[in-house]
Amino acid sequence: MTIAPTQPERVAPARSWFLGALYAGNARTVVSRGILATRSTNYLVVLSGFFEPIFYLVSLGFGLNALVGPVHTSTGQLVPYAAFIAPALLAVSAMNGAIYDSTWNVFFKMNYSKLYQGMLSTSLGPLDVALGEISLALLRGGAYAIGFMIVMQVLGLNLAWTAIFALPAVLLIAFGFGSLGMAVTSYLKTFQQMDWINFVLLPMFLFSATFYPITVYPAAIQWVVQALPLWHGVELVRGLTTGDLSVAMLGHVAYYLVMVIVGVIFTTTRLKALFLD
Amino acid sequence: MPAPVITATSLTKKYKEFAAVDGISFEVAAGESFGLLGPNGAGKSTTMRMVGAVSTRTSGDLSVLGLDPNHFGPEIRSQLGVVPQADNLDQELRVRDNLIVYGRYFGIPLRQISKKADELLEFAQLSDRAKSKVDDLSGGMKRRLTIARALVNDPKILLLDEPTTGLDPQARHVLWDRLFRLKEQGTTLLLTTHYMDEAEQLCDRLVVVDKGTIMAEGSPAELIRTHSSREVLEVRFGSERNAVVAERIAGAGDRIEVLPDRILIYSANGEAELVKLTEAGLDPITSLVRRSSLEDVFLRLTGRSLIE
Amino acid sequence: MTVNEARGMRSVTEAAREVAIRAGAKPRRWGSWYVAEHRIRSMRSYLRTIIATSIGNPVVYLFALGVGLASLVDRNVGAGGVQGVSYLAFVAPALIASAAVTVAAEECTYPMMMGFKWNPIFYAMNAAPISGKQIANGMIISVLVRMVPTTIIYFAVMLAFGAVPSLVGGLLVLTASLTGIAVGLVIMPYTASIQEDKGQMAMIQRFGILPMFLFSGTFFPLSQLPVYLQWIGWISPLWHGTQLGRVASYGLAEPAWLTAAHIAYLAALGVVGWKLTQRVVVRRLNK
Ligand SMILES: Nc1ncnc2c1ncn2[C@@H]1O[C@H](COP(=O)(O)OP(=O)(O)OP(=O)(O)O)[C@@H](O)[C@H]1O
Ligand SMILES: [Mg+2]
Repeated sequence: MTIAPTQPERVAPARSWFLGALYAGNARTVVSRGILATRSTNYLVVLSGFFEPIFYLVSLGFGLNALVGPVHTSTGQLVPYAAFIAPALLAVSAMNGAIYDSTWNVFFKMNYSKLYQGMLSTSLGPLDVALGEISLALLRGGAYAIGFMIVMQVLGLNLAWTAIFALPAVLLIAFGFGSLGMAVTSYLKTFQQMDWINFVLLPMFLFSATFYPITVYPAAIQWVVQALPLWHGVELVRGLTTGDLSVAMLGHVAYYLVMVIVGVIFTTTRLKALFLD
Repeated sequence: MPAPVITATSLTKKYKEFAAVDGISFEVAAGESFGLLGPNGAGKSTTMRMVGAVSTRTSGDLSVLGLDPNHFGPEIRSQLGVVPQADNLDQELRVRDNLIVYGRYFGIPLRQISKKADELLEFAQLSDRAKSKVDDLSGGMKRRLTIARALVNDPKILLLDEPTTGLDPQARHVLWDRLFRLKEQGTTLLLTTHYMDEAEQLCDRLVVVDKGTIMAEGSPAELIRTHSSREVLEVRFGSERNAVVAERIAGAGDRIEVLPDRILIYSANGEAELVKLTEAGLDPITSLVRRSSLEDVFLRLTGRSLIE
Repeated sequence: MTVNEARGMRSVTEAAREVAIRAGAKPRRWGSWYVAEHRIRSMRSYLRTIIATSIGNPVVYLFALGVGLASLVDRNVGAGGVQGVSYLAFVAPALIASAAVTVAAEECTYPMMMGFKWNPIFYAMNAAPISGKQIANGMIISVLVRMVPTTIIYFAVMLAFGAVPSLVGGLLVLTASLTGIAVGLVIMPYTASIQEDKGQMAMIQRFGILPMFLFSGTFFPLSQLPVYLQWIGWISPLWHGTQLGRVASYGLAEPAWLTAAHIAYLAALGVVGWKLTQRVVVRRLNK
C-alpha cells in the first residue's frame, strides 16, 4: 500500500466577487455539523417537537368541536372546527421549530459554547454560518410539518388537493421565522432579553386567527394582527388546506420573502460585526 | 502539643465497593497547618469533604472541634472556611454580592457582613472588581474570590483543597503570606496541594496519602530526613549512555534512580559523588548537585509512573 | 503531659465546641429562609420579565380565550352557557391554575438543575452550615414567593374582565397556588436528580405540562373527551385544581366528597413530593 500525500478535495472555494469575505460557499459544512450534533443529543427531544401540535389538535379538535361548532374562514367558507385549527397549528409548529433553532439554540452557541467564534476563525464566512443555521432550522421545521401533514390527511382535515402546496408554504414560513429569529437573537446578550422573545410570541400565537377568526376583534386590533407575520402564515396555509385560494395569498408569500431577505442581511452583518471586526 | 481540633481514626469512605479513603488516622492541633499530599485520586478531596461535614463517612471515627459531623454538621460548618477544589461561586451574582450572600448562609446580619465584604475584597485584591460579574473574572481572580469567600465567617479551621491551582506566582506568594498571617492569629489550616514547594512553605506537618492510605507522616524536614538523603546529584549522559553508565556506577551513594533522561544519585554529599564519577572517567554532559526536596520524598513514596 | 496541661487542652476544645454549638443555632433554625432569600435575590435580575409576564399573560389569555374564543362558544351553545355560566367564567379558573402550574414548573426545573450543575451553589451552601433539607425547603419557599403574587395578579385581571361571578372567587388564589405547588413538587425530585442535561426539561414541558394543560378540562369539560382520554384528567393535578377552582368561583355543582378528594389529592402530591425532594437533595449533596 502506498501512501499518497493528502490532497485538498477542492482548491480554494470560489468566492463570489460581491459577497467577498462574507461567503465561502460552504454553508453545508455548518449544516452537517448541526446534524452530527443533533445525532449525539437526545432523539426523543427532537421527536417530541412533532407531538406538540398533535396534542393541540387532538385536545381542541375533539374537545372544543362540540362547544364551538363549524367556523367561517376569512374567505367565508364554513369548515369543521378541527379543519379550521389544523392548518394554523401546522403554521405554528413550523414557526416554533424554526424559532427554537434560531433563537435559544443560536443564543447558546453564540454566547456560551463560542461555536461561531471557532467557525469564523476558519475559512467560513458569516453568511455561511447564517445560511447553515437557518437551513438547520428549516430542516427541523420541515420534518415536523411533514409529520403533521400526514396526521391531517389521516384525520381527513386536508379538504382539498391543494393541501400538498402547504408543504413548501410551511418551509417558507420556517425560513422567514428562522432568519428573522436569528437576526434578533444576534443582538441579544442576556437570558433576560431572551425571555422577551416568548413574551412577544405568546400573544401572536393566540391572536393570529389560530383558534378563531379575527373578525371577533374590533377593526383596530384586526389591523395589528394583520401586521404580524404569523397571521400571514396561518392564512396562507389555511387557504391551501381548505382549497379556497385567493389573490391575498400572493401577499402572504411576499411578506415572508421580505422577512427572509431582511433576516439574512441583518444576521450576516451582525455576525461580521461581532466576530470579524 | 495543643488540643487537637480534628481527630480522624481509621476514617473510611467507600463508593460501592471501592474505598476512596481506606482507614486513615491523623490529628490536627489547634493553630497547626496540616497538609494532605498525594497523587490524583488518592482520596484527598474525599477526606476534606468528610472533615467539612458534607460527606458521611462509611466507617471509622471523626471529630471536628470535638463534635461528630454525623450529628453536628451545621455547627461544625459554622466554624469552617471551605475552598473547594473546583470553584463554586455564584455566577448569577456579582463579585461583592457573592461574599454577602455567602455570609448570609451563616446567619451573619447584613450590616455586619457588608463591612466584612469590603475587607475581604481588599484582602483578595478585588476591590476594583466588586461590581463585576463573576464570569468576567479571570481564573485566578475567581480562585482569590473563593478564598475570600471562605473567610466571611472568621473560620476557626480553613479547609483548602488545592488553593493555589491556577494562580500566578505573585498571587501565590501573596496567598501564602495571607495564610501565614491567619495561622498566626490561631486559624487551623488543613490543605491539599500538588506543589511540593508550597507544602514545604506552609505545612507544619503533613501526610502523604496514596490509594486512600497514609504512606508517611511528619514535618517536611522529618520526611526528607527519613525518606531521602540530604543531597541529590543529577547527571546526564545522553539517553543512549544512561543505562550503560548506570550499571557501572551501581552502588554509588545511598540509592540510585535511573530515569530515561538522567541518573539521580541520592547521597549525603553530592559533590563527593560527582568527584568519584569523574575519577572513574565518566564525564556527564551536565551535572547538578541540589538539596533533597519534598518532591523526592513524594516520588519515592508514590512512584514515578502514572500506572496504578 | 501534666494534669494541668491536660485540663487546659480539654477546655480549649470544650470552648471551641461551645462556640460552634451556639453558632450553629441560627442556621439550623433559619437556613431554609437564607436559601429562599438567596433565590429571591437572583430572581431580581429577572424582575422586569417576571412582572411583565405576570401581568401580560392573564391579559393575553383571558382576552384570547375568554373574549375571542368565547364569542364563538357563547353564540354556539346559547343561553345555557357551559356548565351554566359564560365561557369566560368557565375557562378563567382553569387559566389561573395553569398559570400557577407554569410558574411552578419553571421554578422547579431550571433553578434546581442550575444549583447542582451549571452554577453549583448548592454545594457552596452545603459547605456553609445549610443542610440539604433546608436547601430543598428554601427552593420551595422561593417558588411560592413567586407563584402567590402571580396568582394574585391573575385574579385581579380576572376581576377586571368580569370573569369571577362572586367575591368568594378570591379562594381561587389559594386553589391555584395549591395546584401549582403540587405540580411543582411532583417535578422537583426528578429535576433535583438529573445528572446530565439531555433535554429532560423540554421533555417535561412537552410530555408533562403541555398534555396536562390540554387534557385537564381546561378549555372544555372533561366529559367532552372520549372516555379513553378522560383518565388523563383524573390523574392530572391540574384537573383537580381546576375543578376545585370552579367550585370556588361559580359554585360548580359536584358531590362534596369529590371536592374533598381534589384537595386531598393535591395535598398528598405536595407532601410526598416535598419529602422526596428533601431526600434526593440530601443524598446528592452527600457525595
Ligand atoms: N462521588 C463519587 N463517586 C464515586 N467515586 C468517587 C466519588 N468521588 C470520588 N470518587 C473516587 O474516589 C477516589 C478519590 O477521589 P478524590 O477526589 O478524593 O481524589 P483526590 O486525592 O482529591 O485527587 P486529585 O488530586 O485529582 O484532586 C477517586 O478514585 C475518585 O474517582
Ligand atoms: Mg482532589
